[in-house]
Amino acid sequence: MMKSTYIGTAVNRVDGYLKVSGEAKYAAEYQAENLCYGVVVSSSIAKGKIKGIDASKALNLDGVLQVFSHENRTSLPWFDRSYKDDDQPPGSPFRPFYSNEIQFNMQPIALVVAESFELARYAASLITVEYKETDFNTDFRNSQEKAYEAKKGKSGWKPPKSRGNAEKALKKADVLVEATYFHPAEHHNPLELHASTVLVEADGTFTVYDKTQGVFNSQQYLMNVFGLSKAEVHVKAPFIGGAFGSGLRPQYQLFMAFMAAKALKRSVRVVLTRQQMFSFGHRPMTNQMLSLGAAVDGKLLGIKHQAVAETSQFEDYTENVVNWSGMLYECPDVELHYKLLKLDSYTPLDMRAPGGATGVYAFEAAIDELACAAGVDPLQFRLLNYAEEEQNEKLPFSSKELKACYAKAAEKFGWARRNPVPGQLREGNNLVGMGMATGVWEVQQQQVMAKAILSPDGKLVVKCGTTDIGTGTYTIMTQIAADTLGLSIDDVTFVLGDSDLPMAPLQGGSWTASSVGPAVLSACEGLKEQLLKEARDLSHAGFSGAKVEDAVFSDGMLRLKNDPSVQISLPSLMKERGLNVIEHQTASMPDPKQSQYGKYTHSAVFVEVKVDADLGNVQVSRVVVAVAAGRVLNPKTARSQVLGGVVWGISMALEEASVMDKQYGRFINHDLAEYHVAVNADVHEIEVIFVEEQDDVVNPLGVKGLGEIGIVGVPAAISNAIFNATGKRLRELPFTLDKLLF
Amino acid sequence: METEKHTKTPQELKIHLKVNEQSYTLEIEPWVSLLDALRDHLGLTGTKKGCDHGQCGACTVLVNGKRINACMTLAVMRDGAEITTVEGLSEGGNLHPLQQAFIDHDAFQCGYCTPGQLCSAIGLLQEGKAKSLEDVQDLMSGNICRCAAYTNINAAICELMGIEEKGGLI
Amino acid sequence: MNRITYSKANEVRGAIHEHSITNKAQFIAGGTNLLDLMKVNVMQPEHLIDINTVGCDGITQLDDGGLRLGASATNADTAYNELVQQHYPLLSEAMLSAASAQLRNMATNGGNIMQRTRCYYFYDTTTACNKREPGSGCSAIKGYNRIHAILGMSEHCIAVHPSDMAVALTALDAVVCVTGPSGDREIPMGSFHRLPGNTPEKDNTLEQDEIITSITLPRSNYAKHYSYLKLRDRPSYAFALVSVAAALHLDEQQRVLSASIVLGGVAHKPWRLPEAEALLIGNPAVATHFEMAADKLLSNAVGFEHNNFKIALARRAVVRALQQAVSKQAS
Repeated sequence: MMKSTYIGTAVNRVDGYLKVSGEAKYAAEYQAENLCYGVVVSSSIAKGKIKGIDASKALNLDGVLQVFSHENRTSLPWFDRSYKDDDQPPGSPFRPFYSNEIQFNMQPIALVVAESFELARYAASLITVEYKETDFNTDFRNSQEKAYEAKKGKSGWKPPKSRGNAEKALKKADVLVEATYFHPAEHHNPLELHASTVLVEADGTFTVYDKTQGVFNSQQYLMNVFGLSKAEVHVKAPFIGGAFGSGLRPQYQLFMAFMAAKALKRSVRVVLTRQQMFSFGHRPMTNQMLSLGAAVDGKLLGIKHQAVAETSQFEDYTENVVNWSGMLYECPDVELHYKLLKLDSYTPLDMRAPGGATGVYAFEAAIDELACAAGVDPLQFRLLNYAEEEQNEKLPFSSKELKACYAKAAEKFGWARRNPVPGQLREGNNLVGMGMATGVWEVQQQQVMAKAILSPDGKLVVKCGTTDIGTGTYTIMTQIAADTLGLSIDDVTFVLGDSDLPMAPLQGGSWTASSVGPAVLSACEGLKEQLLKEARDLSHAGFSGAKVEDAVFSDGMLRLKNDPSVQISLPSLMKERGLNVIEHQTASMPDPKQSQYGKYTHSAVFVEVKVDADLGNVQVSRVVVAVAAGRVLNPKTARSQVLGGVVWGISMALEEASVMDKQYGRFINHDLAEYHVAVNADVHEIEVIFVEEQDDVVNPLGVKGLGEIGIVGVPAAISNAIFNATGKRLRELPFTLDKLLF
Repeated sequence: METEKHTKTPQELKIHLKVNEQSYTLEIEPWVSLLDALRDHLGLTGTKKGCDHGQCGACTVLVNGKRINACMTLAVMRDGAEITTVEGLSEGGNLHPLQQAFIDHDAFQCGYCTPGQLCSAIGLLQEGKAKSLEDVQDLMSGNICRCAAYTNINAAICELMGIEEKGGLI
Repeated sequence: MNRITYSKANEVRGAIHEHSITNKAQFIAGGTNLLDLMKVNVMQPEHLIDINTVGCDGITQLDDGGLRLGASATNADTAYNELVQQHYPLLSEAMLSAASAQLRNMATNGGNIMQRTRCYYFYDTTTACNKREPGSGCSAIKGYNRIHAILGMSEHCIAVHPSDMAVALTALDAVVCVTGPSGDREIPMGSFHRLPGNTPEKDNTLEQDEIITSITLPRSNYAKHYSYLKLRDRPSYAFALVSVAAALHLDEQQRVLSASIVLGGVAHKPWRLPEAEALLIGNPAVATHFEMAADKLLSNAVGFEHNNFKIALARRAVVRALQQAVSKQAS
């Protein structure tokens, strides 16, 4: 490994200036001459058919250009495969404007395009729609019997594997816990509204600024749906105002803006309203039944975990909800089931730590119930059942410093002061409680391409078509490139978010640092070899016969390791060799040996809550989280990622719920006044500890990714702390005050 | 009596806005919010739209020195006003100390709420009502940060206020 | 949002006149609720009359020791006003618990008490709502009614009034001063808002073309022992599930000379019951009496599927608020 000047240090974000100055531009912020504005009309019923759309009043307004709907849409492909995307579950994807069929409430049914946003919005309000309604079912909790075993899933989904005989083991257990946990639907609600600006270029091609976690995904979708070649449509997303999964699939504003631009031959911008942000994918409602058994000494004997999650009528969305329960602790007998239940609503969509946030919440809450029932300290209980190898596949871990996480976080938190008897600690009107939980997330590496380009002025540009949804991708990739070639960070620019760049997968699953990082490393190392070759060919420079391991790149210079007086600056080298540019493109992919290991990020979360004994409101007063995530590339941005995840955990535990109204089959609290997400006043002391962890397996950088791990474990730790404070077990998220009144 | 009432004809109105020390004259229809006037008419897209309903704070700007939600006021209602947006915070190419503190404390991730957070925090500092971290937490709660950089935002603000804040710099 | 016309009024009379002769006219001041509702087509005026400039933005002391709050003074200017903080700290506390700093810088006093309910169904034009569209039905009664009324509702509407300011104003016996085509009149705060009955579309007792010019507060004995307790799903920037404005005037033996208890978030108007307060008068300011008063105040409360908890919550909140009022150290 090269000398680390930047890797591992708390470098400020390289895009910081653009973000604090307002210069960073997001999808809805690109201008064009003749830009027109689209406003989406959403259905007001959950299921049925559109009998007719009367747009005459809208079309009569001066400045209204067109009203698009299934009635007048341009020709569209017939086959599902033309609408596929990189995060698509099996089934038949929703196709906007395809027919008069209504599949879910708030389904986009028309797009009004006008010369101004205000005019389009007004015109949209004049459109009347006649429906033929049919019966629908959005009642998740009263339809549990209709659940079916999930047969196949999208890539990344593993059907849960059972082992032994849990039924029998549970019968023999000294201590038994049986409980059901409910998780409501949640919506991502990134602060940036989903938006697409489609610019029609002079040559007839399209440049699309889209809010997406994958520019190639959006590009491919447009090419397939609208029958275009790669050269005809470019997708860009240099800045994304948060996504958390909402940008993993092309959302309908992209389709609509594009259809309008293509038909009208005008640049078009479509921005969804905040209300419409509740009209597509969401974290699914999930019901989880757990039975856990232990011996009197706290040794886990049996685990039974069954989840029922909602999906749509048209796709089978799956996520790994119960698998965690099989892998986290040593337990001989495990039975896992994962079922789906079809509702007349939109297909769920990956949302920060999909499956993990949901499944680990219920499992780690149940583990706490079991530990308390067995009279064993919850931390001790976890140590007692600690898994030294991955339990579902019986594979060795590539690295697992979870024990160190437990120890460091427990000490910092003061876990030893916890009173095991609930309801004992009182401060004024508040009951104070402590709880803990384990967090886990998988480590993945995807195939990525990157290109490094050095100019004679000593400036390096590294290109990769990944995105930065706020995770710090710009910054950490710049650090990796600067260190690899021994350049100042100011001489390195990382370019992303453009479908003309080398191929990268969707940004998701915490795999960007662990996938794009190695590609950047590899591209820069390739460049190093080329530079060394040029130096060898420069006879007077003194590098003849030098191999890569003999060379040192630092301070913009190339030197011989054994004789640093033999040196040449990279600009001189290029000048003397007559090179205007030197570049290297590589693809990096996971080493096949990775499959012989269990690869996970772990965390230990300790939480203190204060619960008003009479009024029930909960405050998360203190959180200490220790994370073992391999190498930390940038402690500053890494800490921010974990902080963000922890606050998501607080928000999920205390506030978030999209409420489905049974009469209308519609999420009814569809705005940020009534769908509560954590605000500043929700957040108190949060301490993040990174535990040293060496991992030579996961990728050449030893980095595991941090996007998801921060949230996993937090809701369970909060629920466990509430029990310690009050003696009440809450098993239904979110833990609002009404649930603690009685 | 309903029948005697009359209806006015919608038309553009001429207004003057001073935005970031620069004077603008706009012919604008009354239904344009100050937020859309800034973004779509003046090209000042630093001010963000996150909900358009006063529920997120992304559109916070300073109007005559006070922080408000630009989405919840009409441009025509602000005729003659002096407005500061995120684009007007730096002086002569130098970042405002709060902007630098945001960078130093990593007080943002995706950056979408940042302009609103900055304008709101500058409004907060000018109001002088916040004396403690707890005050800052409450008085900054009108700015949602979905990436949840709250503790870092508070660290940056507390640095400018000169008060202690737990968490702090790395 | 409708295509609107707009004019600025320079004085109250002119504003009223313009309102009376213009089709679908609406006064606008802060705009924080009106524009919100216009954007989702719940309110659809065609003409806006800006009344920020009619000269009603002052806060002035009255000869009798009371205070006049201009209708178009902002919530922030009012809550932070020295006289308000000194003589009516309950009001200041209630106002500062509402919305966000930005919204308080825009929202006006008149507009605050005129704000509409936060009922989900009122806000969503695809659903039935008698308040928005009389005769269409009430979706909340059989729907998701967690934030809805437990007192004073009708079979036509179970919405609650969302204002915190109005709750404190009611506790402080404020009076709403209005001007209309036929002159000025005063409406005691307690009868400004109304119960939904058969006409839930009417939030208050303001008449056609009337405009609020100010709100007056009588001299108050409640600057020492007061509490505004707001219970909600998020510790800031959220509406109340239940709130309590509690104020006590105590003698040296901590006996109650007078009391004011008003509930917010439970009814179509701030909920106050003199009989409940009477149970405290002359008695020591202790929990047993507070509980009796709370029981009385909530004696007619009825819950729905999702808001039953409000009955117990409100009862406990009243007791807590009164306890806090007793122990409050005037700052």
